[in-house]
Amino acid sequence: MNGKPLVSIISAGMTKFGKHEGLLTRELFAEAALEAFGRCPKLEPKQDIKAMFIGHMGEAYEHQGHTGSTLADWAGLTGIAATRTEAACGSSGAALRSGIYAVLSGLADVVIVGGVEKMTHRTTAEVTEYLAMASDYPFEQFHGITFPGLFALMANAHMHAYGTTEEQIGMVAVKNHYHGTLNPKAQMQKEVALQNVLSSKYVAWPLKLYDCSLITDGASCIILTKPELAKKYTDQPVHIVGSGQASDTIGLYERQTFTSLNATKLAAKEAYEMANITPKQVNLAEVHDCFTIAEILHYEDLGFCNTGEGGKLVETGATRLGGTIPVNTSGGLKSKGHPVGATGTAQVYEMYLQLTAQADKRQVKDAEVGLTQNLGGSGATATVHIYRRDN
Amino acid sequence: MSTTEPFTIEQFYKFLTTNQLMAGKCTKCGKIHLPPRPLCNNCFSKEFIWTPITGKGRLLTYTTIQVAPEQFQALTPYAVGIVELEGGLKIPGIIQNITKEQLKIGMELTLDFGTHTSSQNWPIWHRYHFKP
Repeated sequence: MNGKPLVSIISAGMTKFGKHEGLLTRELFAEAALEAFGRCPKLEPKQDIKAMFIGHMGEAYEHQGHTGSTLADWAGLTGIAATRTEAACGSSGAALRSGIYAVLSGLADVVIVGGVEKMTHRTTAEVTEYLAMASDYPFEQFHGITFPGLFALMANAHMHAYGTTEEQIGMVAVKNHYHGTLNPKAQMQKEVALQNVLSSKYVAWPLKLYDCSLITDGASCIILTKPELAKKYTDQPVHIVGSGQASDTIGLYERQTFTSLNATKLAAKEAYEMANITPKQVNLAEVHDCFTIAEILHYEDLGFCNTGEGGKLVETGATRLGGTIPVNTSGGLKSKGHPVGATGTAQVYEMYLQLTAQADKRQVKDAEVGLTQNLGGSGATATVHIYRRDN
Repeated sequence: MSTTEPFTIEQFYKFLTTNQLMAGKCTKCGKIHLPPRPLCNNCFSKEFIWTPITGKGRLLTYTTIQVAPEQFQALTPYAVGIVELEGGLKIPGIIQNITKEQLKIGMELTLDFGTHTSSQNWPIWHRYHFKP
């Protein structure tokens, strides 16, 4: 592919992330779709959009499955091909990959890709149980191992192997909360001090309450087309120049290492090769900080630093806005929120704003190349996408 | 033991009820699978024999769960870890009879076969655990 655009993003939409009492997933998604349609006046949604791919993790939250066609209907697109893709918290990253397949195949010139989740009406215990369904049932869930528990197992292994500290892990939360204050659509709009992160109660040692992402309602979407059609719809498209998706064992315990996620490494390799760039050429990234330790692992697996040095990277401030490689300028899952099915395309929404210079107070100056990484479960699914500003 | 038992996860748990820790060994390439699989992920063979393994191992990583799903809330806080058994086989489980201060990566642990779990409708399996 040699860095040529695979597909182009012509618009994007996202609800505010947070608690949306009284709104169902279909109603949330309609709001995100309406923003995307409004941003692209030359698009005739009913005529132009031929297919929809939706990331949605769980019917248990709302007792509503069959989400593809449901959301197509509520977005005013009844009749188009609509499919739900499920890869746990990586569902809409996988939906994006499906959308790219559809456009590249030639079967659909314009597709809408998005995601949705409605979670806040459930108790923390219920959400913990539903999220755990994305882990191995017979050896992890059956033995009381929660999602924070799985990432805590990785955190402990990383601390033991490389000397990473609870303070360094907590600095990811401090940074992402700061970024969240600059994003009006973020669920949390307040900074948090490191000492407050460190003194918050343990969820699964060494991870504390402030090391965990949020329970959130929200929806997000983007509209893709062939690069040669992009300028018909907008003067400011964003091009996807690399796409990678990979899998790993469903059980964390079966993997060679607990300090690195091989699916991320494989997906990154595929995406970097397609984009024909090295990690050093990435100006900013949105990565899957479902837990703070995850962001540290992703720095290493995406090549932003050497193996074992992720804790040091966040400590230097390199990944903070103004640093050499700002990560999660949106606030990330930690502060923007994590409506699991919507997260993958919400990352793309942030990248779209950044690469079209619409990110306001959190704008990364002269941002040209961006990367998003979306993870499913404890890393059995990973997608990595690389974006380039239109020149 | 008979070799007619299916190479399933359910059968792995059934063996625990008779105090046997068993893995599936591929008769073609020799790879040992814990948990057992119906298809060898190394050579795609479906021919296996059950092979006993010892329940002694080494703790690779651990955590202490404080926030748990309803079914496990009465146990909190409880320690869980991933244990490497002989031949590099790894399984996770709850670690009992241990304090937070006693937990150390690299420590030796032994599998206890556990007892019938009646808290669920399905599956009715023995929940093994580890102890020092």
